[in-house]
Amino acid sequence: MRRLLGIRLIWPIVILVGLLVLNVIIEPSFFTVRVQDGHLFGSLIDILRNGSPTLLVALGMTLVIATRGIDLSVGAIVAIAGAVACSILAASPNPGSVSTVIGAVAAAIGVALVLGAWNGMLVAVVGVQPIVATLILMTAGRGVAMLITQGQIITVSSAPYKVIGAGYWIGLPASILIAAVMFALAAVFTRKTALGMLIESVGVNPEASRLAGVPVRAIVWSAYLFSALCAGVAGIMISSNVTAADSNNAGLWIELDAILAVVIGGTSFTGGRYSLAGTLVGAFIIQTLTTTAYTIGVTPGVMLVFKAIVVATVCLLQSPAFRATALRLLRSLRRKPVAEGGVAS
Amino acid sequence: MSNRVGEASPIVEMTDITVTFPGVTALDRVSFRMFPGEVHSLMGENGAGKSTLIKTLTGVHRPDSGTIMLDGARLHISGPRQAQDAGVSTVYQEVNLLSSLTIAENIMLGRESRKGPLIDWRATRARAAELLAELDLDVDPASTLGDHSLAVQQLVAIARAIGIRAKVLILDEPTSSLDADEVADLFRVIRHLKKRGVAILFVSHFLDQVYEIADRLTVLRNGELVGEYRTEDILQIELVNKMIGSEYAGLDDVARSGYVATAGADTDPLIRATGLGRRGGIAPFDLTAREGEVVGLAGLLGSGRTELARLLGAIDKADAGSLHVAGYHKSARTPRAALRRRIAYSSENRRDEGIIDALSIRDNIVLALQADRGWFRRISRRRQNELAMSYIHALNIRPADPDVLVKDLSGGNQQKVLLARWLAIAPHLLILDEPTRGIDIGAKAEIQRLVIDLADNGMAVIFISAELEEVLRMSNRVVVMRDREKVADLVNDGVTAAQVMTMIASGEVS
Repeated sequence: MRRLLGIRLIWPIVILVGLLVLNVIIEPSFFTVRVQDGHLFGSLIDILRNGSPTLLVALGMTLVIATRGIDLSVGAIVAIAGAVACSILAASPNPGSVSTVIGAVAAAIGVALVLGAWNGMLVAVVGVQPIVATLILMTAGRGVAMLITQGQIITVSSAPYKVIGAGYWIGLPASILIAAVMFALAAVFTRKTALGMLIESVGVNPEASRLAGVPVRAIVWSAYLFSALCAGVAGIMISSNVTAADSNNAGLWIELDAILAVVIGGTSFTGGRYSLAGTLVGAFIIQTLTTTAYTIGVTPGVMLVFKAIVVATVCLLQSPAFRATALRLLRSLRRKPVAEGGVAS
Repeated sequence: MSNRVGEASPIVEMTDITVTFPGVTALDRVSFRMFPGEVHSLMGENGAGKSTLIKTLTGVHRPDSGTIMLDGARLHISGPRQAQDAGVSTVYQEVNLLSSLTIAENIMLGRESRKGPLIDWRATRARAAELLAELDLDVDPASTLGDHSLAVQQLVAIARAIGIRAKVLILDEPTSSLDADEVADLFRVIRHLKKRGVAILFVSHFLDQVYEIADRLTVLRNGELVGEYRTEDILQIELVNKMIGSEYAGLDDVARSGYVATAGADTDPLIRATGLGRRGGIAPFDLTAREGEVVGLAGLLGSGRTELARLLGAIDKADAGSLHVAGYHKSARTPRAALRRRIAYSSENRRDEGIIDALSIRDNIVLALQADRGWFRRISRRRQNELAMSYIHALNIRPADPDVLVKDLSGGNQQKVLLARWLAIAPHLLILDEPTRGIDIGAKAEIQRLVIDLADNGMAVIFISAELEEVLRMSNRVVVMRDREKVADLVNDGVTAAQVMTMIASGEVS
């Protein structure tokens, strides 16, 4: 199984390495990581830091997709979480105190969990199709965020809050550490408990799982809760990075990047087997693409096309049908010269 | 054979039809015919080939050999569309209409009256209303189809079939979810269509209904034609005999012995169902099962065997009566709760409700046990492998590799994996719904032996099979089902297949 997983992951890894090599060719100092004031700096570090919110959202998305679902509302939750945290900080007489920041962060995460519970209830209890259920919050969410911020972009000046998205801990950007810890926790939680196997079982065959005594509803529900938690943390990260809550643009289209990351990572939309490692690679491919496009200096419009081409390539390479056709083509190409030789003689 | 043949020529004449699927001959040189203005019933148990025959007639399957004549002309069916154009119309069990459109739209879809390029809605609705009036259906053509009961939807589907001037109308289990009044309505419509000369193929598991409406019957068994009969010429008992047959070779050595029947004995039963029932599923019944007892459920497909079993396993919710499990005060309301009470239900639908096909043998075996322990208390990988290997050896599962995905296994081995899953939770009561269906004869004998071993070691087993001989060989008690009702509960001290067939056919206990 492990070998098979390796084979499935090989193409995304090849693409990622290819992108990195491309960057080195364009910008020879790409891999250079320098230490300044005890902090690490460099293009790679930037990619990791800027990719952290996408990785977080994709992490939650992986488990949701594994249960045959999808969560379109993550971008809206990003905006709401940022709006909640920033408006609490802005209203506080002492936004610089650590306790205020902890309170604001806790409130934002709490709100995100409530939103996740709402999604989970619609899908697991009411039985609404996941794409429709989460579309509700996707549509309404930015409006809710606007209500919280009263239509303004709220800027905050709070040094401890800024650490989350733009600061450093033990030499590394804090956001990378946070994303790494959440990723590690998710991996441990799904693989060291039985949760991973039960999620896969529910994703492959929900009815058979129910008959085997698997608490299907609770598992589906918790997947949406976890997805919202990840989106909430990502929202805090993004608003901290720019020290502002922008309801219109925070996490805009992040759900699409997250879904792409999951798909590139090889988790199937039909539910069941999923790969957290695949999602990790997928999220880095997406972020490296974005960064590469900026360094090359392509316009945002062209960048989307660029992204689409890379994603399509990865998906094609992963498709067994495409690989079979490609192999056949290759073989016939190789045979051709022989045939020509035959005609000539 | 009958004087009908002299009067008219058949509208449908299928001759020597053979249909094969990889590894299976679904129909073996079967001939079948229908006359205009008759109701014809196709009879047979699971796997007899009924649905293959219907699908061949409707163009879903293409026969490997044989000819299909429709109205005297050779029919070259290459798809469902051609069959429909030739006048063969089908109303399926699950109505395949568009529930969000109006009744008129559903009846006339694709054949709307036109005024130039535009649809003339007024004329379209009028035509739909005419068709409904012809069937004496009192519904508003402008109302949305989905707002009506399944019975009405079915009649609308029939109205649509008449609208496209069907010569042959196939009704596949049309009454399976209708109540008595709705069935009467449907039969009124069927009789009306008969008068118009439509040939109607009526497929139903309800013997009484078949005898009420059908003029002739064709019986299939194991993909072969048993015979064609006029309904009035064949007794129900003969019919059941022909459907079930009695030749099951090679398994006679597997039989329950050494168990002393303890019906009404001093031990408390493990489970006691009192008046347990579910509307539209099964009429209220009483049932007990004791330790070490194999209770066989006999009856035709659709007789309520599965429905009864699903209530015991809390797969479906009962709406009447109670189920008492020894040692528990409250009855289980979910499969999870039933499993906690050590009652396991193994579904007849192995693919959709049994195995998790994309997971490994190991995952499939430990699933129920793991679910019971809770997600947090993971069974260690080593223990998982031990469990999987011990069941792989005990049940002789091939390949003997816990990492192989279950979808790559044969049917018999998948069934064994499923059995291992239930055995792993050490059930007190194991409900096996058709555990031997569709698997090869070797695996079948192995599973039968296993069931007997389990019961000898004190497990209570409820054993369901379409094969009467198998049920009789295995069981200490036989419960007979008929038309969604429990009609008899017999101690198996030499009960014969003939006795049980009489009960299945007539509902009377001899």
